[in-house]
Parts: sequence; structure tokens; C-alpha cells
Amino acid sequence: MTLATATRRSVKQATGRGGDRRPVDHGAWFLVLPALIPILVLSVGPLLYGIALAFTDAQSGRTASTRWIGVLNFQDLLHDTLFWDSFRIGLLWAVGVTVPQFLLALGLALLLNQELRFRWLARALAIVPWAMPEVVVGIMWRLVYNPDAGILNETLRDLGLGDGRDWLSGLGTALPAVIVVGVWAGMPQTTVALLAGLQNTPRELHEAAAMDGAGAWRRFLTVTWPALRPVALAITALNFIWNFNSFALVYVLTNGGPGGRTRLPMLFAYEEAFRYGQFGYAAAMGFVMVAVISVILAVYLVGRLRGDEDA
Amino acid sequence: MKTSKGARAGQYLALLGYLVFLAFPFLWLISTAFKPARELASLHPTWIPKDPTLANFRQAFDEQPLLRAALNSLIAALGAAVVAVVIATPMAYVMARHRTLLAKAGTGWVVVSQAFPFVLVIIPLFLVLKNLRLINSLPGLVMVYVVWALPFALWMLVGYVRAVPTELEEAAAVDGAGRVRTLVSITAPLLAPGIVATALFAFISAWNEFFFALVLLKTPEKQTLPVVLTHFLGAEGVADLGPLAAAAFLATLPSLVIFAIIQKRITGGMLAGAVKS
Repeated sequence: MTLATATRRSVKQATGRGGDRRPVDHGAWFLVLPALIPILVLSVGPLLYGIALAFTDAQSGRTASTRWIGVLNFQDLLHDTLFWDSFRIGLLWAVGVTVPQFLLALGLALLLNQELRFRWLARALAIVPWAMPEVVVGIMWRLVYNPDAGILNETLRDLGLGDGRDWLSGLGTALPAVIVVGVWAGMPQTTVALLAGLQNTPRELHEAAAMDGAGAWRRFLTVTWPALRPVALAITALNFIWNFNSFALVYVLTNGGPGGRTRLPMLFAYEEAFRYGQFGYAAAMGFVMVAVISVILAVYLVGRLRGDEDA
Repeated sequence: MKTSKGARAGQYLALLGYLVFLAFPFLWLISTAFKPARELASLHPTWIPKDPTLANFRQAFDEQPLLRAALNSLIAALGAAVVAVVIATPMAYVMARHRTLLAKAGTGWVVVSQAFPFVLVIIPLFLVLKNLRLINSLPGLVMVYVVWALPFALWMLVGYVRAVPTELEEAAAVDGAGRVRTLVSITAPLLAPGIVATALFAFISAWNEFFFALVLLKTPEKQTLPVVLTHFLGAEGVADLGPLAAAAFLATLPSLVIFAIIQKRITGGMLAGAVKS
């Protein structure tokens, strides 16, 4: 090999490596543009447009004469008890689904992490709720809850636990009934995330703790939980947001009824926008939903992170 | 590690509880789908149809344009999956390999977009698509699905790109291959399984999607399967249970099959994306 070739090789090698640290070059822009343009036009743009709409009186059918009305929509929202009812229901629903979902998923993940027979069956079954269209999940549970032909009431009758009832139409039972469905539908995804977190925990730590005579509960608190905490925190925060923003499941199960007892904020905003045509007002609702959820999450995350520092 | 017999029994009992909870609604759906009308009207429903029938499936196709809806869903899902993956792959590559502002902004967008309440995006999108005369059209829906599928497509693909060692690309560069050449002949083949998994996941998500389809598609001949399924519920929520169950069961099959195939790859890709960034 001549000296020239060797030099050229090493230079090329250097630039090849250095390429990774270079700022965005033309090649990178070329690669990013196909995705960047749709993101800007169909995601970032509409989001900004949506925020602007919240300050207008935009209505369907008369977008041409839309006027800027400042914070009037927000003042109206403040006094809109129906909106705050739905907001309260949305929070109840989001907490009511997220917390049991997490606890059940944690239990299932811990079980599936054990050497148990039939655990493959649980893994296989966990695919079902995850892969199903939400609309089908809603339809399926309506069949289960059906007052006459449903399996839930029949089972309760067989067990001698009363004559059953119309769960989705009862003022007191509708929200708990849809919450059960929400937990069922989201549990697998949470389980898989937690299971992956568990499998990242070094086995040796467990064995060392066991040798030191730590019981199952102690091992969980001192070894498993600290390792699992980041995954658990992230999945809980995401689940909370997803649940608060959910739509299809409850739309199919109760469409917000009875008497608005399950009318989640998204259902309310959807009706306001696409049934009554109040685009500006519905956009303001969306804006408030984002703002409040962001604040709640920020408080939660800061709290949890601080807890980490103390520990 | 040793586990006492009592604890073992408790674990199996818990596992049984989970299995029942996960399985029973789905088994009930299947049971209902194969029951003749007479049995569905019975006040004491049974788990196993005494007289199983396919009549509900026939009736479902008679009552609603299910084939047309399935075809619409297929077009929307396939279009979304292909376009999303084609444009996401190069961007994911940049995000995975460059620590630039652009890559950081991309990651930020992926995270933030998970928290979008769709209502804040759908109203302006509705207005934009209306002006483009793309309301009640599948191309309009595909455009929305592409952007909607992009965050997780990027997320998964970034994980897959990171799993390809940079040494291979460097070696190709040493041999004189340009950036695009390296990408096409070295990285892309190694990424192929990940790209396929991402596309299939995008396909299922679009196949299952309801909210955007409900808002954007107005006429029955344009609507996708999930929207058409809700027509079975009727105005007052009074439903013909048998055909409803049959149609719902059919709508689930494609997702279940695809998901069963790619489930391991999906979780792998998501975790790779989550753990390493």
C-alpha cells in the first residue's frame, strides 16, 4: 500500500466518523424534508390554527365572516357548568382507569416474569384487547353488559347475586361500568411496558437480596421497584393523558349518557364542534384541556422527580 | 429462586383470574356472533350456542355495506402505512445518527404529539381539508392518518436504526460509498424487518382508528369499518345483537392476525426507542 492510499483511507475514515457529529448538512435536510413538510402542514400548522380559533367566533357554515373575539370563549367556558361537569367526569375517568390499570398490569407483569406454566396463554390473550379496534371493544362490552342477553347479568343471577341491572343506563353504574372497560382495554399495553422494565432488572440483585434473607415484599421494594420506577412513571403519565383524551370507547358504550354521566370532555367538544358547529368554542375547550392536563402532569412529574432526589 | 407451595398456588390463582378477565368478553363476543336469533332472545343466555349458525354474518352483510367499508379501511390503512414509513425512515435515520437541533426537535415533537387532544387538531384540520375539498374522501383521511402515525413510526424506527452498528456504515464510507448509497445498500436491508414491523403497526392503528374517520367521512359508501360498525347500534342504542357481534368479530380478525405476528417486534422496537433516547 502506498503512503497516498493509506492517507486517503485514514482521511476518509476520519470524515466517515466525523460525519456523525457534523451539524445538519444538506444530506440530512434532504432526508428529513419528506416527513418535515407533512408534520408542519398537517400537525404543527393546524395546532397553531386551532389555538388561534379558540379566540374567534368561528362556526361551521360561516367561516368567511369569522371575527376575533379575544377571550370571550374562555369567559363563556368559565360559566359553562356542563363543560366543567364533563371535565370533572374526565378526571374521574382518567384516574379511575389509570390507577387500577397500573396496579393490575403490575400484578400481571410480576406474574408473567415468573416461571409459571400457562403464562404464554396470558401473553397471547393480552394481545386481544391491544389489537382490537376501540369500537369493537365498546361493542363487545355492550354485549357483556346487555341487561337481558348479556353474560354479566346471567352470571350474577346464577351466583344468586340479585336480578342484574342495566349497567350502562344506570345513573350510578354507568361511569364505573365504562371505567371497567377502560381498564380492560389498556391493561395489556401497560403490562408489556412494565414486563420489559422488569426484564431489565438484573437478576443477580434479586438473588443477592434473597440470600440476605429479604422476603418477596422486601425484594420488591428494594430491588424491583427502584429499577421499574422510570418506566412506571412514564407509562402512568402517558396513560393518564391518553385516558383523559379518549373518545371512541365511551362514544360506543354510552355516547356520554345517561344524563351526561359519562360525557368525557372529548365527547363534549366533539358535539359542540360537529353537532352544533361551534368551532371557536370547541377549540377553546381543547385549549383548556391541554392547559389543565399540562399543569397536572407538570406538578405530578416534578413531585415524583423530587421524590427520586430525596430517596 | 425458591417459592413456597402456598405462594405458587396463589400465583396460579391470580393468573387464572387474569385469564378469565382477559378472555371472557372476547369469548362472549364469539358466542353471540354464532347464536341464532331465537337463542339471543332467550332470557337465560348460555356460553355455548346450542344451535350455532352463520346467519348473523349473512345478515350483517345485508344490513350494512361491510365489504365496501372493509375495502375503504384497507385503502386508508395501507396508504397510511406505506406513506408514513417511506417518509419516516429517512427522518428516523437522521434523528438516530445526528445529535443536532433538528433531531432534538423531532424527538420533542414525538413526545408532545402523544399529548395532543385530537379535538384541538381536528377542527382546524377539518377546515383545511374542507378548503382542499378533501372532506369525505379517502385521500384526505390518509393524509391525516400519515401524520397521526408518524410519531410512533419515528419512535420505533429510531430504535431500529440505533440497533444497526455505525461501524458497518463507516466501513461502507471508507469504501467510497456516498451517504445515500450507504443508506440504501447497507442500512436499509438491515432495517427491513423493523420497517415492516413499523408499517404493520401503522396499518393496524389506521385500521382501528375511529375519531378522525367519524369526523371526516360523511357518506356510508366512503366510511371505514369502525364507523360503519356503529351504524349497527341504531339511533336509540337498540341493536340487533347477532349481526352486531358478527360484524365486530370480523372487523377484529385482520388486526389480531397481524398483531400476533409482529407483537414481539413492536415491543422490541418501542423499548429500543424508549430506552436509548
